[in-house]
Amino acid sequence: MSVSIFLPPKISMLTMIGACLICLSACEPSEPITEGPPPDVRRLTEDQYRNIISDVFGASIVVGGRFDTPVRTEGLQAVGARNATVTAAALSQYDEMARSISRQVMSGPSRQFMAPCAATGQVEFDEHCTTQLVTKIGRLLFRRPMTDREISDRVGVVRETTQRLNDFSEGLSTGLASLLVSPQFLFVADVVEDDPNESNALRLNAFSKATRLSFFLWNRSPDKRLLEAAESGELHSEDSLESHVERMMASPLLKAGVRAFFTDLLEFSEFDFLEKDSLIYPAFGAGAVRDAQEQTLRTITDHVITKNRDYRDLFTTRDTFMTSTLGMVYRVQVKARPGTWEPYQFASDDPRIGIQGHLSFLALNSHPGRSSPTLRGKAIRNMLLCQQVPDPPPDVDFSGFNDPNSPSKTARERLTAHSTSAACAGCHRITDPIGLALEKFDGAGQFRQTENDALIDTSGDLDGIAYTDSAGLGLALHDNPATTKCLINRLYAYGSGNNLSSRNEWMAYLEDRFSADGYRIMSLMKRISASKTFYAVSAPDMSGQTIETAAVQ
Amino acid sequence: MSIRSARNLSRRSLLRGTAAGSAVTVGLPFLECMLNDSGTALAAGAPLPVRFGTWFWGLGHTPGHGVEEKAATSPGINFLGEPDSLNRHKDVINFLGKFNMPLDGRSNYPHESGWIASRTGSAPDKDKEIPATTFDLLIADKIGNNTRLKTIDISCTNNPNDSYSARGTYTRTAAEISPTSLYMRLFGSDFVDPNKADFTPDPRVLVRQSVLSAVKEERQQFMKDVGATDRTQLDEYFTSIREIENQLEVQLQKPAPNEACHVIPAPEVGDLVGGTAGVEIKQVQSTHETFARMLAMAVACNQSHVFNVTFSNSGSSLRKVGESLTHHSLSHEERVDPELGLQPQTSWFNTRSMDSLATFIDVFASIKEGDGTLLDNVLIVAGSETGDARTHSIDEVPFMTIGRAGGRIKTGLYVNGNGSPTTRVGLTAMQIMGVSNDSWGTRSLETSKVISDILV
Repeated sequence: MSVSIFLPPKISMLTMIGACLICLSACEPSEPITEGPPPDVRRLTEDQYRNIISDVFGASIVVGGRFDTPVRTEGLQAVGARNATVTAAALSQYDEMARSISRQVMSGPSRQFMAPCAATGQVEFDEHCTTQLVTKIGRLLFRRPMTDREISDRVGVVRETTQRLNDFSEGLSTGLASLLVSPQFLFVADVVEDDPNESNALRLNAFSKATRLSFFLWNRSPDKRLLEAAESGELHSEDSLESHVERMMASPLLKAGVRAFFTDLLEFSEFDFLEKDSLIYPAFGAGAVRDAQEQTLRTITDHVITKNRDYRDLFTTRDTFMTSTLGMVYRVQVKARPGTWEPYQFASDDPRIGIQGHLSFLALNSHPGRSSPTLRGKAIRNMLLCQQVPDPPPDVDFSGFNDPNSPSKTARERLTAHSTSAACAGCHRITDPIGLALEKFDGAGQFRQTENDALIDTSGDLDGIAYTDSAGLGLALHDNPATTKCLINRLYAYGSGNNLSSRNEWMAYLEDRFSADGYRIMSLMKRISASKTFYAVSAPDMSGQTIETAAVQ
Repeated sequence: MSIRSARNLSRRSLLRGTAAGSAVTVGLPFLECMLNDSGTALAAGAPLPVRFGTWFWGLGHTPGHGVEEKAATSPGINFLGEPDSLNRHKDVINFLGKFNMPLDGRSNYPHESGWIASRTGSAPDKDKEIPATTFDLLIADKIGNNTRLKTIDISCTNNPNDSYSARGTYTRTAAEISPTSLYMRLFGSDFVDPNKADFTPDPRVLVRQSVLSAVKEERQQFMKDVGATDRTQLDEYFTSIREIENQLEVQLQKPAPNEACHVIPAPEVGDLVGGTAGVEIKQVQSTHETFARMLAMAVACNQSHVFNVTFSNSGSSLRKVGESLTHHSLSHEERVDPELGLQPQTSWFNTRSMDSLATFIDVFASIKEGDGTLLDNVLIVAGSETGDARTHSIDEVPFMTIGRAGGRIKTGLYVNGNGSPTTRVGLTAMQIMGVSNDSWGTRSLETSKVISDILV
């Protein structure tokens, strides 16, 4: 199709070119106006809890204890946290952790954080310094200034404990513990207010806005500057928000935020329970488990932050990092001293390509003693393409696979029965061709050519794109439109707690911009963080509020 | 009831002798005075408490290799190959066979639907959904509010998420996986020896109460701005606060003297497996035995009246060193031996699971309480999630009651459920433990029929 451009006689070609150049930078599509979801409440994740304790009281504090079982919703524990509560068993644990942390703070080098009440051996209660201390620490833990009532209640706890135990340190320790078991600390609640710029509209208050931004980019509470910007109301201005986004994205803490997102996306929490048989995989010990996760997270942050490369290239990259421990499992030569890392590049003819070729992915999505094309295929569908593997049919009958006369040698042979069975085909046809491409990596992720002396066939296809090996799978993932859509969806849901499926206009906008930005995650994070939609809220359902309040009274 | 006079014997002079070849136990004198003549109740009139627990193992039995089936409910259980070791306890067991789990067309989520339906009374509509509260917690709500711990939950798999106790999808209890941690919770600084003559309330408990009191003060302020769904979520938190308050209240009262309760030594270094152990079968069995000893004594000491034990996870991941296939993989891929009529290696794991259950019962039977043992005053529901693991069938999932529940049930029966819903097991357990619900479950799993054959 040809397009003719009519130029008014008084506009020169030069003027037109200049206008176009300005347009390229300033005339990109504007963010669509999107209604936000109702405000919600999220329980702190374990990592967020740990980060906050470290930030407020120092890295020397040991957080020992067991956190409640996290639930993964729409692929993310961060989304599951929206519905998470605290069971009595978990509250006991929080209570024990709080007492342990406060004891450590009072007795160790972290006592400096208790200034102006840092004196030890004091018997008598000091209201002035207690009030100052509670106000200071409460602001950091509650992510907003405490109300007068909250302060006086906590000061009361310190007073009562001091008098009961004749020990001011015990009083302070108890007061601190009471902050750490408070719902204001353990839950992140969106607080809304009337939007002065729009009638009958609500907005997140500045502290909730700061909290959402900070957990998204850093996976921790707002720092001093962000809290100050919230307190002054400055954060409501677009310019201020944008400058804070710029500042936070330039911070080394961004790496922690990106790592937290990918840790959640790739389900690395399952490493806590990963088990590999030490006789079958002697090289895959605890050191390899630790380094395998770190390798992938290093590769990702190097790729998307340091080098600011195309997200899709994570599935075709041969660049990574290596330790001597990993070198033993990968069977490659590593010069780095034990415990240190060195950049490493797999050779161009090496079948290992992309993060899906890392030990972390391969070992995590396998059995203790062997690989699993089904688990690997399912993981790629769920984690990286946001595609739900259909539910299995009821009353599956596996008895047809147990032909005593033909013991299968390879996983492909074993799984053939599944994909030819009508009852099983629905799931296995969409998982197995992906996972089979990675079959030259055993249950610990080590390379092999054969299984039970039979040559391994790694051919398969992903949504119509055929390939013959793992490199082909990497390219198919790179080019699959679902790959980038999935990332946008998960990243947005990770930060906001809300899925984008019902907000198509905003999703379409982000897809368009992600593409225009060359699929740079940094640009995407910045765009989301500085957008209006990320902070948009609608009215909460307040039904039952009166009854509820009456019941409490 | 009469109160016997105390004689001047030392606390340590627990005499164990024999009469006509049978073991008899002479209670500690000062404790003896706390029991009635029949040894079933405290002298003050309160009966010995009946405790409740569950014991879960994955993948059930190989069909036809669990128990000798009978056409009708009748006395006498004959455990076959896999649970053969349970034969030594068959007098305190009821085997509940031939119960089914109709899903009304819903998906059978492998290794999930079975435990969820039997424990909550409702089949999940979607994967990972836990549609209602599990019946152990309904029982805990009834009998668990006056003990230091409402429930004790342990998993022998080194994974706290292998817990089958929940109030819903987002409130699944995390199980204890470390014997050391469990020991500290049970017998650490918060434990009060009931048999110590002196008792002084710990002022730190009062302090902790004031902490929770301050937290409760925040409720109204915190709730006023949140939506209806979030209020429900936060209500759970404040309910938990109240539960902890109840537990602290218990710690401020002098516990009743208790003959059965003895503080056991902390686990040996070799037992301190939490955090490093996994699902290798020998390790799991060892961890289980360590846990069992602590748990049974904690129950005898009335630290909690409700417990849940996970021996292996649903869809058992148990494995042997050096073997590439786990119990679960074997159950699907191992060939059926035509002569034995079973999958030999799969059956081996099933057998080890039942061996451990027998050990668990041994431990409870070894603790003397009143005129009998702890087993007389406990109801344990042992169950799995599949009736035929090879096909993921959830019909005829094996369930058993273990213990005499304070004389509230008959034992030694084979019960034929004739295809009625498995929820009858949970309903019966709840009614035995005093939960007053006439029916339980939803859709085809709803039932109002208790298993009356086992009731006294």
